[in-house]
Amino acid sequence: MASELNKLTIAEASSKLRAREITATQLTRACLDRIAAAEPTLHAFITVCEQEALAQARAADARLGAGNAPALCGIPLGIKDIYATRGIRTTCASRILETFVPPFDATVIERLRADGAIFVGKTNMDEFAMGSSTENSAFGPTLNPHDTSRVAGGSSGGSAAAVAAHECLGSLGTDTGGSIREPASFCGVVGIKPTYSRVSRYGVVAYASSLDQVGPFARSVRDAAIILRTLAGKDARDSTCSARPVPDYERALTGDVKGLRIGVPREFFVEGMQPEVEQSVRSALQHYESLGAATVEISLPHTGYAIAAYYLVATAEASANLARYDGIRFGLRVNAEDNIALYETTRAHGFGAEVKRRIMLGTFALSAGYYDAYYLKAQKVRTLIRIDFERAFEKCDLIVTPVAPTTAFKIGEKMDDPLTMYLSDIFTISVNLAGLPGMSIPCGHDSANLPIGMQLIAPPFAEETILRAGDAFERTGAFKPRRAAV
Amino acid sequence: MNRDAYEAVIGLEVHTHLLTRSKLFCGCSTTFGAGPNENVCPVCMGMPGVLPVLNRRAVELAIRTGLAAHCAIAPYSIFDRKSYFYPDLPKGYQITQYETPICKGGYIDLPATENGEPRRIRLTRIHLEEDAGKNIHGENYSLVDFNRSGVPLIEIVSEPDLRSAEDAGAYLRQLRAILRYVDASDGKMEEGSFRCDCNVSVRQRGAKEYSVRTEIKNLNSFRFVEDAIEYEVGRQIAIVEEGGKVAQETHLWDPARKQTRPMRSKEYANDYRYFPEPDLPPLIVPAEMEEKVRESMPELPADRKARYVRELELTEYEAGVLIADRDVADYFEATLPGIRNRKSAANWVMTEVLRVARDSGESFVDAVPPAPEVGALLRMVEEQKISLNAAKTAFAAMVKSGKGAEATIAELGLAQVSDESAIAAACDKVLAAEPEKVAEYRAGRDKLFGFFVGAVMKAMGGKANPKVINDILRAKLAA
Repeated sequence: MASELNKLTIAEASSKLRAREITATQLTRACLDRIAAAEPTLHAFITVCEQEALAQARAADARLGAGNAPALCGIPLGIKDIYATRGIRTTCASRILETFVPPFDATVIERLRADGAIFVGKTNMDEFAMGSSTENSAFGPTLNPHDTSRVAGGSSGGSAAAVAAHECLGSLGTDTGGSIREPASFCGVVGIKPTYSRVSRYGVVAYASSLDQVGPFARSVRDAAIILRTLAGKDARDSTCSARPVPDYERALTGDVKGLRIGVPREFFVEGMQPEVEQSVRSALQHYESLGAATVEISLPHTGYAIAAYYLVATAEASANLARYDGIRFGLRVNAEDNIALYETTRAHGFGAEVKRRIMLGTFALSAGYYDAYYLKAQKVRTLIRIDFERAFEKCDLIVTPVAPTTAFKIGEKMDDPLTMYLSDIFTISVNLAGLPGMSIPCGHDSANLPIGMQLIAPPFAEETILRAGDAFERTGAFKPRRAAV
Repeated sequence: MNRDAYEAVIGLEVHTHLLTRSKLFCGCSTTFGAGPNENVCPVCMGMPGVLPVLNRRAVELAIRTGLAAHCAIAPYSIFDRKSYFYPDLPKGYQITQYETPICKGGYIDLPATENGEPRRIRLTRIHLEEDAGKNIHGENYSLVDFNRSGVPLIEIVSEPDLRSAEDAGAYLRQLRAILRYVDASDGKMEEGSFRCDCNVSVRQRGAKEYSVRTEIKNLNSFRFVEDAIEYEVGRQIAIVEEGGKVAQETHLWDPARKQTRPMRSKEYANDYRYFPEPDLPPLIVPAEMEEKVRESMPELPADRKARYVRELELTEYEAGVLIADRDVADYFEATLPGIRNRKSAANWVMTEVLRVARDSGESFVDAVPPAPEVGALLRMVEEQKISLNAAKTAFAAMVKSGKGAEATIAELGLAQVSDESAIAAACDKVLAAEPEKVAEYRAGRDKLFGFFVGAVMKAMGGKANPKVINDILRAKLAA
C-alpha cells in the first residue's frame, strides 16, 4: 500500500494527511522512491531535492499534527527548473545557469512553502522554455512515460511527465505559447495556463514577459484547481499581476454544464491534423451536449497569423530578457581578452542552438529600420487576435479545441526542422497572445495508446468556467485515462 | 578667424539623480557612499526572474520638476527597454522612456546679465530612467559596483536654444536651482548625481538652419561643460573657416588636456533596439495626482525673486543673488523676524554670510551660524545695542565658536553703552580737560565737534552709543 501513495490524487492525499492516515514523510518517501526507479529512464528531473523534501515533509507533519493545515500541506510537487528557489539551483535547463543558486524564492514558491507543500525536485524543460518537446534541454530530453521513444512535449515536459509517471502529485510549469498545455496533452495529465496576470511572474525566469504565465499540472481538474488557488493573486513585486480577488476554484466544480455554450472554432480543425485527435475532441463535444451543453460553431479569423506574430513578439522580448546572461554577475563565464569577447564566448558556450536562434530572430525584429515592419505589426496582429476572441465570446462561454495537431511525436523527429516544431503550438499560441486562460485535459487515446488532449479556453479571469467544464467531463466518465507505461 | 561671424547652437541633455530614499524599481537604498555592492538586491542586480516595481516618489519628483519647468505632464506614458551590453548594466538593457516622456515641452527662463537680455530656453522633454552601476578598473582586472544601479534619474533635454558656453552655464545654474527648490535633486556633481551631454554646432550668425552637430558626452561639472563647449565651438569654427565640414561624431571631454576627442564608433554606435517594457504597466498620471503635486509645490525661484523685489524692496540684483540657492534664500528669510531694515539683512547675508560659506568649503548650511542667531545680531544693531563693527567682530567669533549672538556679545564685552548719565559724566570730564578747545568751538570752530566725540568714545572704551554722545555733547557745548 505505502508504495502506491504516490498514485493518490492531491485531494485524496490531502484528506488522508489531515486524517493522519498517512504522513507527509511517507508520501514524500513514496514519491522519492518512484523518482529513484523511474528517473534513469524518464529524466523528468534536473535536480532531485531528497534532503530538502524530507525536511519539508517533517515540518509538514508537525503542522498537520497541530491541525488546520492548508490543502497543499504535505503534498509533494515537482517544480519546473525555471522558478527561482532559494538555495536550490535553478538552471532553466541551460549550461549558462548550470551552477546558479538563487538567493531568493519566486513568489509562487514562497506561497507554496507557506502552505507547507513539498518540493521533490526541479523538473526538466526546454532551455529557457524555448521548445515544444523538452529536447532543447542542455541536460538531455525527458521521455514520454506512455512511450519512451516519444517526447513528453515542452517546454514543461519534465513537469508533465513527472505527474504522469507518479513521481509527484502535482507540478508547476510555465506556458508562453503552449508550454503547459502541449506537454499535458502528450503525457495525459491536466495542465492549466491561467489568464495573463492571474499569477505572479516574480522569480520565474523570463522568456517572453508579455506571454509567460505560471500554471499547475495535476492528475485531475480538482487537483489543478487546488494548486491554482494557492498560486493566484496579487503580488506587490509584479506590477503586471492582477489585484482581482481569487475565487475558491474548487467551489466551481459543480459537475453542472447545463446551458453552457461551447464555441467550436472552424479554423482549429485543420487539414493535416491526426484524424484520431479530431475524432476524440468531436466525441468530447458530443458528450458535453449529452450533459446539456450547447455547441456553436465560431470563427477566429486571424488564427493563421498567430504563429508568425508569436515568433516576433516572443523572440523580441526574449532577446532583451536573455541579455543578462553575460558572464558578469552569475552563472557561466568564459574568460576572454576584453568584455565584448567575454560576452561572445560566454554566450556562445552557454546557450543552445534554439536559444541562439530565437535571440537572433528577436534582435533582428527590434533592429533600427525593422521595428515597425516586424515587432509593431506583430503587436497589431495580436490585438486582432484578441478581438477575434472577444467577438467569439459574445456567442459562447467557452471554446473547445484540440491542444495539438498530433499526439506525442518521436524523439528527434522534428529537431532538424524548427518550423515544423513550431507548428506543434498552432492551437495554443493564440491563447497566450490574447492573454486568456486555457486548460488541457485528457480526452482520448490514439491507436498507439498515446494520450490526446482537449483544450478549454475561456474569457479573461473565467478560470472557473474551464474548471467546471473540465471537471464535469472528467467525473461523468466519458473517458478513462490510461496509466502511463513507465 | 572671426569668431563673431559665427554663432553656436547648443542643446543640453542633463541627467540628475532624484532625491528618493529607495531606487526606481526596488527597495534598495540610494544612499551615496555605502561600501561596494551593499545597496543591492536581486532586482537591481538583474537576477533571473526579477521584475521592476515603479517608485511612486520618483514619479512625483519628475512631475514636480516638470511643473517647475512649465512642462505638460503626460497623463499616459510608458517605459521602454534600451538594450546594450556593458558590465555595469545588469539586465543588458536600461529601463527608460523613449517615445512617451512623462513631461513634454516647457521652458526655463534665464535672468538678464550684463551682456544680455533675459532669455527663455525651451525644453523638449523630461523623462524617467534608471542609472547603471559603476565600473572600477584595476591594472589587469575590472570590478563593478552596483550600488548606483537602479537609482532614479530624470533626463532633461533642452531645445537647441543656447548660444554660448556662458548661456549653458547660466542654464545649468538655473536648472539646478529649480531642481533644488522642488526637492527633486541635490545637484551634487561630485557624487555623479548631475551629468550633462552637450550637442554643439556652429553656423553663420543670422543663419536659420542648423549645421551638423557633435555630441560631447558625460560632462560632470559646470566648469567642464563651459570649457568643453568653448573648445568645441572654436574647433568647429576653425574647421569651417578652413573650408572643411564638421563630422557628426560623439566626443569625450578630456579635462586634463582641455580638449575633446572623438569616441571610436564602437564606443557609441549602438542600435538600442528600444521596445516597450512588458514588465511595467503604462504610467498613468490622473488629473487629481497632477493637481495634488501642483498644490504641494514650493515657491519657485522666479516667484521668490519677484516677491523680494515687491515686498522686501530689494533690488533685482540683490534678490537674484539671494534666490540663486534655495538654502541661502531660506536662510535669509529666517534672519528676518523682528528686523525692520530688510535691506541690511540682505546685505549681511550676501556679504558676511556668503563669504564664510565660500571660504569654508563646506556646504552652505554646515558652514554658517544658525540664521536666527544672525537675526538676533542684526536686531541688536537696529536697537543700537551694538555697533555695526561690533556685530562683525561678534559674527566672526560665532563662526569659530558656534556660540549664540547674546553669549558672544557678552563674552567679548561688545555691548554698546547707552546709559546717559555715564556718557554725560565722560563728556563733562573731556570738556573740563580741554577748556581752550571748548572756547575755540564756541567761537565757531565747528570741526572740533568730532574731536570731542572721539575723545568721549575713547574714554568710554569705544562702547558708547555714538548717537547719545552726539546729543549730550551738543547740549553741553550749546549751554
